[in-house]
Amino acid sequence: MNEVIDGLPEDGAENGGLPAPLIQRPGPEANLLIRGAQLLDPTAGIEGSHDLLIEKGRVARIAETGSIEATEGVEVIEAEGFHVFPAFFDPHVHFRTPGQEYKEDLETGTRSAAAGGYAGVIAMANTSPPVSTAEQIEALRDRASRVASIPVGFSATVTRDMKGEELTDMAELRQAGAVAFTDDGLPIASARILRRALQYQAMTGGRIALHEEDPELSGRGVMNEGVVSSELGLRGVPSISESTMIGRDAAIAGYEGGAIQIQHLSAVESIEQVRRAKADGVDITCEVTPHHLCMTDEAVRDLNASKHKMNPPLRTEADRQALIEALKDGTIDCIATDHAPHAAHEKEVPYEAANMGVTGLETAFASVYTKLVVPGTISLELLVEKLGCGGIPFGIEPFTLAEGSRASLCLIDLEAEWVVGEDGYESRSGNSWCAGEQLRGRVLVTLADGQVAYRLRTFSLGVA
Amino acid sequence: MKHLLSIDDLDPERIESLLDRAESFAEVSKRDIKKVPALRGRTVVTLFYEASTRTSSSFELAAKRLSADVVSVKASGSSVEKGESLKDTVETLSAYDPAAIVIRHPQAGAAQMLSQWVDAAVVNAGDGMHQHPSQALLDLFALRQRIGSVEGRKIWIVGDVLHSRVARSNIQAFSMMGAEVTIAGPPTLMPRGIDASGCEVRHSLDGIEEADIVYLLRMQKERMGESFVPSIREYARLFQVNSRRLGPRQLVMHPGPVNRGVEIGGDVIDSDRCLIADQVASGLAVRMAILFELLAHGGESSAVGEGPVPIGEPA
Repeated sequence: MNEVIDGLPEDGAENGGLPAPLIQRPGPEANLLIRGAQLLDPTAGIEGSHDLLIEKGRVARIAETGSIEATEGVEVIEAEGFHVFPAFFDPHVHFRTPGQEYKEDLETGTRSAAAGGYAGVIAMANTSPPVSTAEQIEALRDRASRVASIPVGFSATVTRDMKGEELTDMAELRQAGAVAFTDDGLPIASARILRRALQYQAMTGGRIALHEEDPELSGRGVMNEGVVSSELGLRGVPSISESTMIGRDAAIAGYEGGAIQIQHLSAVESIEQVRRAKADGVDITCEVTPHHLCMTDEAVRDLNASKHKMNPPLRTEADRQALIEALKDGTIDCIATDHAPHAAHEKEVPYEAANMGVTGLETAFASVYTKLVVPGTISLELLVEKLGCGGIPFGIEPFTLAEGSRASLCLIDLEAEWVVGEDGYESRSGNSWCAGEQLRGRVLVTLADGQVAYRLRTFSLGVA
Repeated sequence: MKHLLSIDDLDPERIESLLDRAESFAEVSKRDIKKVPALRGRTVVTLFYEASTRTSSSFELAAKRLSADVVSVKASGSSVEKGESLKDTVETLSAYDPAAIVIRHPQAGAAQMLSQWVDAAVVNAGDGMHQHPSQALLDLFALRQRIGSVEGRKIWIVGDVLHSRVARSNIQAFSMMGAEVTIAGPPTLMPRGIDASGCEVRHSLDGIEEADIVYLLRMQKERMGESFVPSIREYARLFQVNSRRLGPRQLVMHPGPVNRGVEIGGDVIDSDRCLIADQVASGLAVRMAILFELLAHGGESSAVGEGPVPIGEPA
């Protein structure tokens, strides 16, 4: 049977009789003293320089710097000048298992996440074949229990094999452990099918995550439609391809009382749709990616598909500014990477022929920190909060530094500068949108549900 | 200048000097012996992933007139048909140590990618809907032969700008050389945001009498099926340029191949105001000039060590 994460309900009332949502490889529980780090847990209201003691994988004590003595067998990290945050949670990653393990698999994907400070992710279901049956969910959970270095939740498709025609056995999939339903990669083109899924969801639970795009309007587009696409002669995807679908789906969700998550919001018109739906009381949540927060379609001028081709496409500066505002005012609930690894031969081709998607787990914090926090555009607190709360729409509480909780946290050196990709990647693929860039803020150690999931190779720990 | 990928790689001075060079090659072409030894012993590869008559034949002949060895690869009938990637094809051809690779590809940015993989000079002979710089240069050359500089001239580009790499290169090149560019066509075929390039956008031929030069684009029949225009009939009624719509001093150009009776009236093609034959003739001299500038004059010495050859000396 599957390994179950300690601290999460295995069955019973707390989780509605469903299996634990997240699953990882069992390992030794950490005994660790982090001395003198700046702790920051905005949700729990923890802030300031403290010692933090982890015993048997739990946060045992937080106390004044220098006040906790290391006992035998406890590793000590002299962490003065470093920061400790609750670990991050990404509700939107592509780990490619099964079928496309040459791009990524559960082992490399979770290592990549751990290297970015994540202690939980939700894997998308657009694998090959797509995850449409309970047996597939069970097989994935079984695999994760053997190779995943951080806890992973699995989503299942809304429609069988993502064909957009028939619903999957959603109730059985939930029983097997599916934490969400999504045809991500494709929109649900039929309003009738989405309506049925949202009606059915009232019985099964499990938020439906939507990749919003009208295929009729997107056509064969490969980048944002606008000044840059017109100059480059590339077919454009208009912003209204996204916003009109959000408008349609928010109306259906409101009518049926369904719960939806809008994935990777990119355009100003889309933000308006979400804002209106939220004001109308629709159960709607949404994500934004680091690359949409930090780049615009001007970046596409280099025609480098490996770094700058993804769906939805990079939009204009006005869209980017609107996304930042929406993150600040709470319209956007969380930051999600849409980590989408692809092999070099799928990216080193002319722009139009290349696959869509970029990797983002290892650089999510550092990229947004460097490009938005350092210049003062957003606060560090906001970044930590929005990277941490991605599980809430799917019923998964954010990690916390509070005493007594399982240790899921990351230790970060905010001053450290590093060049992305210089030392390779934990991910199997190198299509990082910030490859070659110098970023500030480096993850030194990540703890995931009480285990040390990652430590930077060049960073050593002392043992008491 | 190492490569010619886009009009962006040029400036007015470079363009003038290329056109000067083309002029001397045009003279060579009038002689009995039309070859010069400038690229003797060097190899030029032409790699065409799309059907082409004018561009491929004139690049080939230009390289041969410069005494280069020429290898012509077409996608049909080659390993490309067997699924070989662009990168692998290019690596194979690199074994011949080409001095230049001329590439035509259906996807934007192919020439630019190529330039990152090879040591050879890369000439973009058309990439998707992006750029076709040698076409813009030969158009400027044909105009220079007929009327001199385009500075201050009013040029209207009419038709399917959206799908046209010729339009993108020519808007840039004409503007760079000081012309006032207007584009005209149905709104469905005008790319959103194109006005940012500084040209005026119109949706009718009203006012076309002000144009010194009317540059027509090919209207592809496939566009009807995609609802870009309702019918050929309606398109021709609104945007066909024929002698009734033109004043006596207005010149007409077209990159070819033409659709007689669609975007252009047959009476115009057969008239003296039409520069289509001049454009084709210009192609050879301009492409000789491009290869010469990149290979013989671009700083690196020639493989056989004779250096730039004085123009006009027959081999």
